Amino acid sequence: MTNAIIALLVENNANVLSRISMLFGRRGYNIDSLTVSATNDPAISRITLTARGDDRVIEQIVLQTKKLVEVKAVQIEDENEAILRELLLVKVAADESQRAAIRDVCEVYKASIVDYSADSLVCELTGKPSKINGFLDILDKYEILELCRTGVTAIDRGAKIMTCEDYTSHRS
Amino acid sequence: MKLTGAEIVTEVLIEQGVTDIFGYPGGAALNIYEALYNRQDKIHHYLAAHEQGATHAADGYARATGKTGVMIATSGPGSTNTVTGIATAYLDSVPMVVITANVGTSLIGKDSFQEVFIAGITQPITKHNYAVRDISRLADTLREAFKIAGSGRRGPVLIDIPKDITAQTYEYTPAPKWEEKKSESVHTQALATIAADIKKAKRPVICFGGGVISANAGEELSELIKKTQIPACHTIMGTGIIGFGDELDMGIIGMHGSMTANHAIDECDLLLALGTRFSDRVALKLSDFAPHAKIIQIDIDESEIGKNVLVDMAIVGDLKAELSALVPMVEAVPRPGWMSAIAGWREIDRRVYDRDYDGIRPMDIMEVIGEVTNGEAIVSTDVGQHQIWAAQFCKKTKPRGFLTSGGLGTMGFGYGAAIGAQVAYPDTPVFHITSDGSFHMNMNEACTAVSYNLPVITVILDNKVLGMVYQWQTSFYNKHYMATTVERKSDYQKLAEGFGADSYRCETREEFEKAVKAALAAKRPTWIVCPIERSERVLPMISAGDTVREAIME
Repeated sequence: MTNAIIALLVENNANVLSRISMLFGRRGYNIDSLTVSATNDPAISRITLTARGDDRVIEQIVLQTKKLVEVKAVQIEDENEAILRELLLVKVAADESQRAAIRDVCEVYKASIVDYSADSLVCELTGKPSKINGFLDILDKYEILELCRTGVTAIDRGAKIMTCEDYTSHRS
Repeated sequence: MKLTGAEIVTEVLIEQGVTDIFGYPGGAALNIYEALYNRQDKIHHYLAAHEQGATHAADGYARATGKTGVMIATSGPGSTNTVTGIATAYLDSVPMVVITANVGTSLIGKDSFQEVFIAGITQPITKHNYAVRDISRLADTLREAFKIAGSGRRGPVLIDIPKDITAQTYEYTPAPKWEEKKSESVHTQALATIAADIKKAKRPVICFGGGVISANAGEELSELIKKTQIPACHTIMGTGIIGFGDELDMGIIGMHGSMTANHAIDECDLLLALGTRFSDRVALKLSDFAPHAKIIQIDIDESEIGKNVLVDMAIVGDLKAELSALVPMVEAVPRPGWMSAIAGWREIDRRVYDRDYDGIRPMDIMEVIGEVTNGEAIVSTDVGQHQIWAAQFCKKTKPRGFLTSGGLGTMGFGYGAAIGAQVAYPDTPVFHITSDGSFHMNMNEACTAVSYNLPVITVILDNKVLGMVYQWQTSFYNKHYMATTVERKSDYQKLAEGFGADSYRCETREEFEKAVKAALAAKRPTWIVCPIERSERVLPMISAGDTVREAIME
């Protein structure tokens, strides 16, 4: 089992997201996280999703996704080559006696505390998923009241640029 | 030239070479039907009894011709009735364009009368679909639909058009008919490796599927088989390329495949898999499929490589181009040991198939059809025992001459498909092989055959049970015949008369032969009822997860 990060460039159409989630649902692939946003080209959206499976499953996901007419590019992100980022917001129960300790943890992880209230505080952290996991491991000994993560988004380092390709011969 | 949306629909159909369409009108489709009224000189519309039948007819038309079949339905139930037909075409990679009318754009999303989101419903069963929301995109959307349906791995495309868009007007600019430009380049190096593998192989087998028919590569495959003298088997979707009785034809593979084909796959050292996706009815036990073979797969769809069975080598490409490049590279290698092993298995099959039997046997029916029509008939089937018998025993066939719902297994497919094929080829004998179970699903299409005087010959194998399920209950459920011993009182001959069709009842091979000849001479829609023993089973049979060594033979 690997956890693959897959980036897609897709046409910015109304049904494209449901088409992709339908494909995953139909074939039994599990999406762990999904981010979507418009790109510098308003006609194109970028989706980054993470899915679990053995190599054959991941390969099938890529090949089946490529067949969708509105999908213009698919690539698996190499965790060592690409810049991976995810945003975490977590609300932790904290009375006055615990605040200092939590602040220390935040300092080490370069997380910021963006809200204080009498009984809780909200931390914000941006980073690689592994860093966020590490941060949450530490916070685990406190009482986590609420947590949300955006899911990972990724971009290649250096000169490599993901561009739209012509996968389907029907457009020849 | 300014045209209404409905006129743009008909003009693009004409531009794309469409001459025949199947459909059913309704409120939302009225503008399109008005445009069709004015273009009857170019487009023949065939009204079916039910949208499912119309969809199967467009599918059968496409399977028989290789052209893209076209079907039109109205909104709501009209469009949901196409769903089984679309899924049938999708699972068998059949090129089809389905146009559904929807309620006007101002009514969409409001749960209006006869409104459904058919584009959403058909997402997982179409190659692609469109919900048109802007008349300026209509013509190009239709053109793109034909491109997508008729290129690469074929498949159905649905276009949903709201009624107001069919009434609006927009500038229409004619465009040429789209034709697929096949790439000329082939994988020469990989083909050379395959040629070398063939030369080395001691026990080679070719297994082919519907992809060969889709690619119109039947001739190239036949040449390859003849030149290399490699024995070949096929999936049910590959039926028609080589005929039962050809020396190198081992018949069907898989669950109801021949012992010859299944033993050969089990023992081969080289397996060339051409245009086949190793479905669960073919590769019954994935871990034990062709266990001694180097498996080489050629398919047009990259996602089929290694999807079900891991292969040692693959080419993603057009089978016609790849095979015609491969043929000159190969040579015949005599393999007397391998051929005599195959001859031995053939004897087992002969014993399994040639069972003694009072009355008319399924084998007789298919043999007579083959003999009387000299293998020129198009045979369409429904789904169940009769379907497998038809595939097992159709003696002489041709590519695009055997139409069956292999992937989805749609009971009720056959009549519509036969009607579509008969529309495409008015002078070719078209047989619809069915059974009492399947026929009750869509026998209403008899009215279509009669209305247009399409001389489809329906052969009903009547064993008074839902035979395939009954067979499984016999073998695996202690003969607990739940809901399969139907006590229907339907009188097929009276029904035929009621619809305006001819009919015969035949209890012997001789009677059947006479009836077929009479029906062919009369050139009228005909039903031939043949009583079959309910104990008659489809044999041999290998259950899912089993191998040829566990085959049920009697």
